[in-house]
Amino acid sequence: MNFTNLFKIALKAINANKMRSFLTMLGIIIGVASVIAMLAIGQGSKVSIQQNIAEMGSNMIMIRPGADQGPGGARQSADNMETLTLADYESIVNQNKYLAAVSPNVSSGGQLIFGNNNYQTSVTGVSEGYLTIRQLKVESGVMFDESDIKTSAKVCVIGKTIVDNLFPDGSDPIGQIVRFNKIPMKVVGVLKSKGYNSMGMDQDDIVLMPYTTVMKRILAQTYLSGIYASAVTEDMTDLAIDDITSILRANHRLREGEEDDFSIRSQEELSSMMNSTTSMMTTLLACIAGISLIVGGIGIMNIMYVSVTERTREIGLRMSVGARGIDILSQFLIEAILISITGGIIGVLVGMSAAFAVKSVLHWPISIEAWTVALSFIVCTITGVFFGWYPAKKAANLDPIEAIRYE
Amino acid sequence: MKAIIDIDNIRRDFIVGEETVHALRGVTFTINEGEFVTIMGTSGSGKSTLLNILGCLDTPTSGEYRLDGTPVRTMTKTERAVLRNRKIGFVFQNYNLLAKTTAVENVELPLMYNSSVGATERRERAITALTRVGLADRLYHKSNQMSGGQMQRVAIARALVNDPAVILADEATGNLDTRTSFEILVLFQELHREGRTIIFVTHNPEIAQYSSRNIVLRDGKIRDDIVNHDIQDATVKLAQLPVNDD
Repeated sequence: MNFTNLFKIALKAINANKMRSFLTMLGIIIGVASVIAMLAIGQGSKVSIQQNIAEMGSNMIMIRPGADQGPGGARQSADNMETLTLADYESIVNQNKYLAAVSPNVSSGGQLIFGNNNYQTSVTGVSEGYLTIRQLKVESGVMFDESDIKTSAKVCVIGKTIVDNLFPDGSDPIGQIVRFNKIPMKVVGVLKSKGYNSMGMDQDDIVLMPYTTVMKRILAQTYLSGIYASAVTEDMTDLAIDDITSILRANHRLREGEEDDFSIRSQEELSSMMNSTTSMMTTLLACIAGISLIVGGIGIMNIMYVSVTERTREIGLRMSVGARGIDILSQFLIEAILISITGGIIGVLVGMSAAFAVKSVLHWPISIEAWTVALSFIVCTITGVFFGWYPAKKAANLDPIEAIRYE
Repeated sequence: MKAIIDIDNIRRDFIVGEETVHALRGVTFTINEGEFVTIMGTSGSGKSTLLNILGCLDTPTSGEYRLDGTPVRTMTKTERAVLRNRKIGFVFQNYNLLAKTTAVENVELPLMYNSSVGATERRERAITALTRVGLADRLYHKSNQMSGGQMQRVAIARALVNDPAVILADEATGNLDTRTSFEILVLFQELHREGRTIIFVTHNPEIAQYSSRNIVLRDGKIRDDIVNHDIQDATVKLAQLPVNDD
């Protein structure tokens, strides 16, 4: 039997029963379209959740002096330890491989005064990289720069809470001189409000100054209370921690076997939350997608199966004019494959338009990836063939005598 | 004379539940090339079973059947399908055309299952067959746009297209009105005159007088096997019938 003829026979049979073929296709169209739309919306939300969590600073790495033992084995408070220095900070800046930003951290508590308003707060001495690390944005004015750090300039960038307390009349704080522990500071920028964090801490109660200013002019100390850093991506956090550990151990001349005299923490809680959220999402979507495809497949089987009964006479006729079992089997399988593939292509188009419709009407984030399209298309074709096999086999095994007289 | 069909003491038993039904109880006859045989009998006489066996759709329980010299009884299902494709043309009572398919495509069907015939030759042979049955002007009409007589002509063309050794007609005029029946009968007589071998299974005794031989079955055995020396001409009868007004 030649394949071209079988192909023609199958095409003619599909063409002669457009409505039935379309209904069969509908199962696959809906299956594939819903998988693609679902995955597009799901991937979109996944990406947007990842972005939201990343904004909370999931890449952040905190280096604190620590594990240092004073005389007699008494542990000291990390803030009082002097093991982290500017030299450590500079080594990390120069030698790191996986960091997007690094900033020293020194802080001092005190009173901030402007006119007849005052506010008890603490100032944090940082470098410009701190904005990246904490995902902060300057809303008005500017962030202090490298030259301010070099000159230990008396400038500061303040948060929303500070603005509300020191400038209750709503006047523009930019360019105003505020006093911190009697040292006059010029306000150069105001940070965008971040609200409270999950621990109930006010993230807008913040005063940023060049770290050199805090170290030299306020605290008069040479060591740092910590170093903040941010890994390039969340995945690289572990690599970055190992990298920093080896840099600091070399700097501190620690021999093998000696304990670290610092400690490094990352936002493990956040990243594990993110991982569990996204993996749950993926599993959920996979389940829904799988169900859709099975329903589509059963749709194909259902209609193919009914079609075998409905077409018994046709099959009987074909057999009486000389079609062998294998010819009938091939014809039905080719029909199933053609219908599945056509349905798959239409389904891809419908699914993509549905996803874009969701994007433009509901403004949900969507993300269509090539692999989801390829996967659903391949799976639908396999489903079509798989579910087309049984009815085709049934058709091929019909007794021509019974079939031709079937009413 | 060349024997097209040679059956020798064939029996066909069906097992229904506990009982064995003997549909054919030893039937023997030979049909030569160019004969127009009517096979008659009441229901239950075994004529359908005999037709199935002659058409290679079924095999006898015992006895031998040779179609155009080929023994059929021991053939597999697939071998019989190929044999049907090359040697037999079927004409059914209810036409059995493919729905919503043109006349020419319906006639091409047997050749679609014969890979030795190419597309061009297939189309040519289908058109020749349709012209032969008088439907040259309806080649591309779909089966649902034709009358019963026209559909049966398409079915006859389909039976002719593979140039079969024998044409098997099963109540081929059963669904048609009298006038159309005779038109079809005229066509069968013409084919007979051209040398075709035709077996016409029917329960209408009138048809026997237009054939060259009449075999009557009863209870699975041959009751009569009469050669008709006085073949009536169906065109004469057709001329006597009133013309359909509608």
